[in-house]
Amino acid sequence: MGGWTGKLLRVDLTSGNCSVEEIPQEWLREYIGGRGLGARYLYEEMDPTADALSPENKLIFATGPLTGTPVPCGARYMVVTKGALTGAITTSNSGGHWGPELKFAGYDLLIFEGRAPKPSYLFIYDDRVEVRDAASYWGRCVGETEDGLREETGIPNLRVACIGPAGENGVRFACIMNDKHRAAGRSGVGAVMGSKNLKAIAVRGTGGVSIAEPEAFMKSVWEMSATIAGNPARASFSDYGTAATIDLTQSFGGLPTNNFQKGQFDEFENLNGATIRDTRLVANKACFACTLACGRVCRLGDNADKYMVNMHPRNWRQAGEGPEYEAAWALGADTGVGDLDAVLKANWLCNDLGMDPISMGATLAAAMELYERGVVTDAQVEMPLNFGSAEALVRMTEATAYREGFGDELAEGSKRMGDKLKHPEVFMGSKGQEFPAYDPRGFQGMGVAYATCNRGACHLRAWTPGIESSGDVDPHTTEGKSEWVVHEQDRSTAHDNTGLCLFVGFAGSSLETFVPCTAAATGVPYDVDEFVKIGERTWNLERLWNLKAGLTKADDSLPKRLLTEAHKSGPSAGVTVDLDTMLPIYYEERGWDKDGVPSKEKLLELGLASL
Amino acid sequence: MTKILNIVPEKCTGCMQCELACSWVQTGTFQPSKSLIRVNVFDEEASYAPFTCLQCDEAWCMNACPVNAIGVDMATGAKVVSDSLCVGCHLCTIACPFGTVFTLPQTNKASKCNLCGGEPACATACPTDAIEYVDKDQTGDWFASWADRVHSNFVEAEGGSS
Repeated sequence: MGGWTGKLLRVDLTSGNCSVEEIPQEWLREYIGGRGLGARYLYEEMDPTADALSPENKLIFATGPLTGTPVPCGARYMVVTKGALTGAITTSNSGGHWGPELKFAGYDLLIFEGRAPKPSYLFIYDDRVEVRDAASYWGRCVGETEDGLREETGIPNLRVACIGPAGENGVRFACIMNDKHRAAGRSGVGAVMGSKNLKAIAVRGTGGVSIAEPEAFMKSVWEMSATIAGNPARASFSDYGTAATIDLTQSFGGLPTNNFQKGQFDEFENLNGATIRDTRLVANKACFACTLACGRVCRLGDNADKYMVNMHPRNWRQAGEGPEYEAAWALGADTGVGDLDAVLKANWLCNDLGMDPISMGATLAAAMELYERGVVTDAQVEMPLNFGSAEALVRMTEATAYREGFGDELAEGSKRMGDKLKHPEVFMGSKGQEFPAYDPRGFQGMGVAYATCNRGACHLRAWTPGIESSGDVDPHTTEGKSEWVVHEQDRSTAHDNTGLCLFVGFAGSSLETFVPCTAAATGVPYDVDEFVKIGERTWNLERLWNLKAGLTKADDSLPKRLLTEAHKSGPSAGVTVDLDTMLPIYYEERGWDKDGVPSKEKLLELGLASL
Repeated sequence: MTKILNIVPEKCTGCMQCELACSWVQTGTFQPSKSLIRVNVFDEEASYAPFTCLQCDEAWCMNACPVNAIGVDMATGAKVVSDSLCVGCHLCTIACPFGTVFTLPQTNKASKCNLCGGEPACATACPTDAIEYVDKDQTGDWFASWADRVHSNFVEAEGGSS
């Protein structure tokens, strides 16, 4: 067997017991790894109705068979748990170097259960596994925690995944950060980790990943590397990073601005890939085995000093990572802030405090709308929350992580905040999770993609702007969108299961390219059809889990604003999202009944009938 | 032609493909902890520096070896450990001023870069050309004269490749 280590490490935080188990061969075969395998364990072991922040929730870290191999961008791990923000199953993905290190230590999966009696961290050095006291790290930021753990252990190559103050304070959209700036970002996985009193997982692995069929493997790896190297998108990724997308969404009227009240942002050029490269970029940074290097390491400009925060600006002397497209949008366009320094500073605060910049920006945007409408008054907030206020962006980001003042409301996410303030209409998201940076009125397909995503609104499961901006497809009509979303969700899910980064897809690599890599690595004769089937199986399993957790068709929804209010100007003027047309087609395409429940035949076909 | 491993840290993105490739050659698995080329990471400065054996002309590892287990590959100028001669005394690892000679715990033998016999896997794997195995004239700086010194004492004197 290659690719997989075939082992999982189970940590009962309540008792401190750690044990190593074999992973059933048929589960590896049927789910490949990563997201699928994590979901299978969560389905098997956890009651979906349990509270996300209770000890009954399980926190699973899952790598794939290609994690830690030289297949380009084989760096990913998945955090699978019940989301603190959504109450749905969440599968939050991160790159960097931590996932491969876990693999080198000898484990495909890491499962945490229970709750530690006091702040703790897990130390892994190959076979040596210990739950250790983390009192001296509790309250520390992400960068300090990682540096501190390296110093304490004396291991310079130690890789650390940890939470910041946001996760400790139960911010509903707290991240798990690894390698300081990489995040398993969405749905509040950091809050779950915080609720378990688990500050960090420090890993050093000196073992290797073996390969079942070395010759075939190296051949398919070289073919894939050559495909990527020769693709023009690779140069764009290296040059502009993901923030290049701002120009695309702006030109289609799909760049949500001021909490989705507009589809274009006047100051978008302040935040785009070219501006970041020309004025702030220090260097590109790659995750493990990545040949794209879309990561940006940037420095702050002079403006940054204007925006005050209380915390010690430890990590801001030199340079830090970001902003990615999503962060630049959420902290920039969505809050109406066009000052790149403020966006950068807020982005770094999110990284160091351990928060998802998408939900942070979007929740602040919702609060800004309420402030401008007079619902939130000056008595409730420490500073005016007008759209475009860079001061408010930076300071409220900090206040949210520490739950100071109005930050305590923001820390609950825009769904809970809107409900509490009796204005649920300001929530721009689905299943409790804020939308990422694509307005479905500019890209109709994103409407059904957002509404049906198992982990709440997400752009990574079916990214329709690519095809909708290609010129072949009308971005404003519903025709063919549901079918394409189903097709793409299945493929991207199988992709996630392998441990590869989705971005290889933007550089000319598809399942056709890396299925041979997976087959040669594992020795299992996978083909593309089986991969798509595995993607569909995983998707349906997640759906079943959500149904057991109490989610229904009513959760496959979009806010009224997208369904009834069209933009008044720009390329997307006059368009609303026609979910009523797309959703039934989606259910039918999936083989689900009219309430979105998978049919018996479908479950039988996927081998899920016994669940 | 006098070739040398030319490393340009400015081009490195820290992806570790070189470590993966090297460990694959060394161990047959992907195991960066066994790589003979190491990427030094300076996080705060966003700087990455791959580093491996410089194949010194006056090779201290070779001089220190009490059993003459380190010899020269005449084709490349690389200093190469002979497994059959090495007794595992670790003196070479102490003698190397750059810390680029290692010992393998399984075999207790010295292990160092041998330029893969003239086709270094790290250079082939590097996606950004931060590591290249090139003619010394393409290095364009002091490294060219270093390359000359590495090769001159052995390669050309012995009538090796030129």
